[in-house]
Amino acid sequence: MSLAIATRIARRELRGGVRGFRVFLACLILGVAAIAAVGSVREAINAGLEREGATILGGDAELELTYRFADEAERAWIAENTTAVTEIVDFRSMAVFGTGDATERALTQVKAVDDAYPLYGSVVLDPAIPLEAALAGRDGRAGAVMDPILADRLGMKVGDGFKLGANEFVLMARLLDEPDAATGGFGLGPRTIVATPALDGSGLIQPGTLFETEYKMRMAEGADLDALRAEAEGDFNGARWRDRRNGAPGVQEFVNRLSSFLVLVGLAGLAVGGVGISAAVRAYLERKTAVIATLKTLGAETRTIFQTYLIQIGVLTVIGLVIGLVLGALIPLVLAPVLEDRLPVPTAFTLHPRPLAEAALYGTLAALIFTLWPLARVEEVRAATLFRDGNLSRGARPRWFWIAVTAGLFAALVIAAAGLSGLWQLTLGAAGGLLGAFALLVLAASLVRRLARFLASRRATRGRSALRLALGSVGGPGSEALSVVLSLGLGLTVLAAVGQIDSNLRGAIARDLPEVAPAFFMVDIQPDQIGPLTEELTARPSVSKMESAPMLRGIITQINGRPAAETGGDHWVLQGDRGVTYSDRPVEGTNITHGEWWPEGYDGPPQVSFATEEALEMGLQLGDEITVNILGRDITAEVTSFREVDFSTAGIGFILSMNPGALRGAPHSFISTIYAEPDDEAAILRDVSNAYPNITAIRVKDAIDRVSEVLAGIAAAITYGALATLLTGGIVLIGAAAAGIHARTYEAAILKTVGASRATILKSFATRSAILGAAAGLVAILAGALAGWGVMRFVMDLDYHFEPVSALLIISGGILATLITGLAFAWGPLASRPARVLRARE
Amino acid sequence: MTETILSLDNAALTLDGNAGRVEILKGITLDIARGETVGLIGPSGSGKSSLLMLMGGLERATGGKVDVLGHDLTAMDEDALARFRRHHMGVVFQSFHLIPTMTALENVATPLELAGAADAFERAEAELKAVGLGRRIDHYPAQLSGGEQQRVALARAAAPQPDILLADEPTGNLDGTTGAQIMDLLFGLNERHGSTLILVTHAPELAERCDRVIRLEDGQVRQEGLSEAAE
Repeated sequence: MSLAIATRIARRELRGGVRGFRVFLACLILGVAAIAAVGSVREAINAGLEREGATILGGDAELELTYRFADEAERAWIAENTTAVTEIVDFRSMAVFGTGDATERALTQVKAVDDAYPLYGSVVLDPAIPLEAALAGRDGRAGAVMDPILADRLGMKVGDGFKLGANEFVLMARLLDEPDAATGGFGLGPRTIVATPALDGSGLIQPGTLFETEYKMRMAEGADLDALRAEAEGDFNGARWRDRRNGAPGVQEFVNRLSSFLVLVGLAGLAVGGVGISAAVRAYLERKTAVIATLKTLGAETRTIFQTYLIQIGVLTVIGLVIGLVLGALIPLVLAPVLEDRLPVPTAFTLHPRPLAEAALYGTLAALIFTLWPLARVEEVRAATLFRDGNLSRGARPRWFWIAVTAGLFAALVIAAAGLSGLWQLTLGAAGGLLGAFALLVLAASLVRRLARFLASRRATRGRSALRLALGSVGGPGSEALSVVLSLGLGLTVLAAVGQIDSNLRGAIARDLPEVAPAFFMVDIQPDQIGPLTEELTARPSVSKMESAPMLRGIITQINGRPAAETGGDHWVLQGDRGVTYSDRPVEGTNITHGEWWPEGYDGPPQVSFATEEALEMGLQLGDEITVNILGRDITAEVTSFREVDFSTAGIGFILSMNPGALRGAPHSFISTIYAEPDDEAAILRDVSNAYPNITAIRVKDAIDRVSEVLAGIAAAITYGALATLLTGGIVLIGAAAAGIHARTYEAAILKTVGASRATILKSFATRSAILGAAAGLVAILAGALAGWGVMRFVMDLDYHFEPVSALLIISGGILATLITGLAFAWGPLASRPARVLRARE
Repeated sequence: MTETILSLDNAALTLDGNAGRVEILKGITLDIARGETVGLIGPSGSGKSSLLMLMGGLERATGGKVDVLGHDLTAMDEDALARFRRHHMGVVFQSFHLIPTMTALENVATPLELAGAADAFERAEAELKAVGLGRRIDHYPAQLSGGEQQRVALARAAAPQPDILLADEPTGNLDGTTGAQIMDLLFGLNERHGSTLILVTHAPELAERCDRVIRLEDGQVRQEGLSEAAE
């Protein structure tokens, strides 16, 4: 009965339209639309990856071998189980163009292919010639196609000759599209494609050099991929299997993680919007005080009144959700042509229901969390109080029941976000951070009010009318301090945290590394080359240090005779192949933290020394046996020591170091780090590549630049997310300013009456805005710095440095934002005629 | 010869409302002398309050001239009017119009501060004591009763010792006893400061306490004469 009456009253009340709910709707729409849009793009990428799995992978399935080609038995298995196969060799090398002083060198990721490549999709070249024709070359020289970025870097045009290792190639075309590019992973150099036979005699593919072979296979219709996978993983030693069902797991994982992170940022936006939602509901109910009082006087029960307004807010929430979802679904569809061009992976933009359902869930929970508190206060107020006070008591706390319900809804939101994103730690951290920032901002607003109140009553501010007026309005009753500091502060906090993390990440790469990082990594150094190379380089005055170590690559397949994942889980050390070295003695300065290194000249059963931090993370113990597959051969060694390995200096660091006897006979190459003066880097590169064309020299600075580029891209995506949060904060701020316009107009009218000029009033408004903006900015920096510290320390495992430039920008931004909104809403009050304003209040 | 402090010459006020143009005041001409107390009476909508606003420069005349202390208010901009009021006028409203974010003391001190008085707070405190609110100076308007709020408004208007005190139905929102107390205070303050008082009221007995009574009807002066008290 009560509900029916409540519905009828609510319907009548809603006839007045949604005026006064613009901020409510804008906040909800923006938050829901942002989350829905991010989710829709994620689904579009995932669907695209799934649909084009075979093309992205370059086959229905792929077997990847490290360091070797498939042997006879393996080739026989492939021939028996597939309808077509292409063999690809993938490695890094140096492309050298020109002669003498004009020689240009650049790192490239070479893909050597056979005639069958590609099995799926097609290679797009400029000029548009078939790949086969391009790789055939001309005038007796083998052909190559090259990423335009690399060709431009080298200053090459189609028809120019260049060298890879000892062999000459001619650039036949620029490589515009490579169908299976996304499976290549993170490469330090742009792509060059050549025909495998053209590498004969180049010195680039020989025992011990670092290369991977990929066998991309086309399977018969209806082939059982799971059965084939099980068979292949049993028969092939150390091979990794991938198939079309998940062609680019790295990409998919990356997209899922990034989008989950962006959804968290979107939720922060929804929290910021929540402040506006809550303020709008409170303001609405205050305007409805007389109606509520009348209804109570006429006999309406508290429950009926609560239901009446809950229904109204519910209807508005549904309107906001629907508009938000429509926008969130439409924006990716509208932007699809642009996004498809920009994204390096295939996409399938269509209507994806899952992200829309997710966004609707988040929106509903957020709306409930932020509206129940003000709504529930209606219950606590008696009709007589309403008439006497004329408005709802601001400080009244709702019943414990409603507080518990709100807390429960918040917990549900956090659990939903953590469950749907899969990032439990980060979600809980972010929720805790947001709650902490919220509490800090409420505290700051209260402190600012007290301080303003205190200062306004000091002698020092007497005679400074504008300042005292501003302090009075910040500290006095009806102050906007809480709503402004909260709305702006939460938005700025998210931006400050992102700014601190971004600056710290860039700083860690740009600032910390160059102090200790070598100038070059050199790989693929053959055993007979390491002696003369060391001699030549260390003889140069510019080279201060050169470190070398034998280098093999292997995959940890078993721990104590069981699959490695059973002990180590999904630890990164077990994902793919790792560098393995050997040494009779520990490298100078090594800190053995557990156990003992094998005695010099030890030639017993294989022993391995493992990196301490990673060993402990994986749950390894001294005495465990680990099996490493190196070049198709399983080597089982006992873990006899743990040692500290510092990867942060970009020096040589191996997770696994074995006794020399364990790897005897295994073909291998050497890796070196060269510490040299920057002025001599170009000369070293020239001399080494002339004398040893098979050696690949990676300039550390270039590698750092490449990593920085990738990080910058990620940081940009997150910054856009944070800006959306700030935009919501801006809307809330505008809402707060708009809500306060009547109070300011009234205040201005009185001030004019008692003789204040417009300049004085404006100065007072501006000072008030600046005080509130600065307070919000300061808290944002504190909370942002705490969040930045937490993420750097516990997620990134890096040192945290406070970044003052980004912090200063945040404070300035805060002051500027409140000033702009404050002043934008000051013109009305300033221009109004006092008589009309005051008489309207009579 | 008595000095004319305020003079209206064919002053008119026409406003654009939702229902079209409305002529509020239709060519009012009158002079008020320094130290005089004038009661403005008339039925609702006759233009009493509008006339008071015109005199205070809170509303701009759309025709004629409003001259106060030799200054033509119709020729002054908003800020010049504000500065003028700061030094020469005090206004009391029916609805008090105190600044809600300021204490009683701060409300009273504000016009003094704006006028550059170094002892603004001391004077404000004295003025509040004079209206019997010495113990309520740190209270916000919301913490005061209607009568107390109007006393703060009175103190605020009188504190700068203005040449002219304008009061727009100052007892309209108060009960009879409180209203009488306020009127006593108003006349007392006026006498103490020697200012010119112009009082808009519905109550003939209050108007009768003034030297002169002007009756307005339909935006025009219908009757003007000395009050019984003055006679």
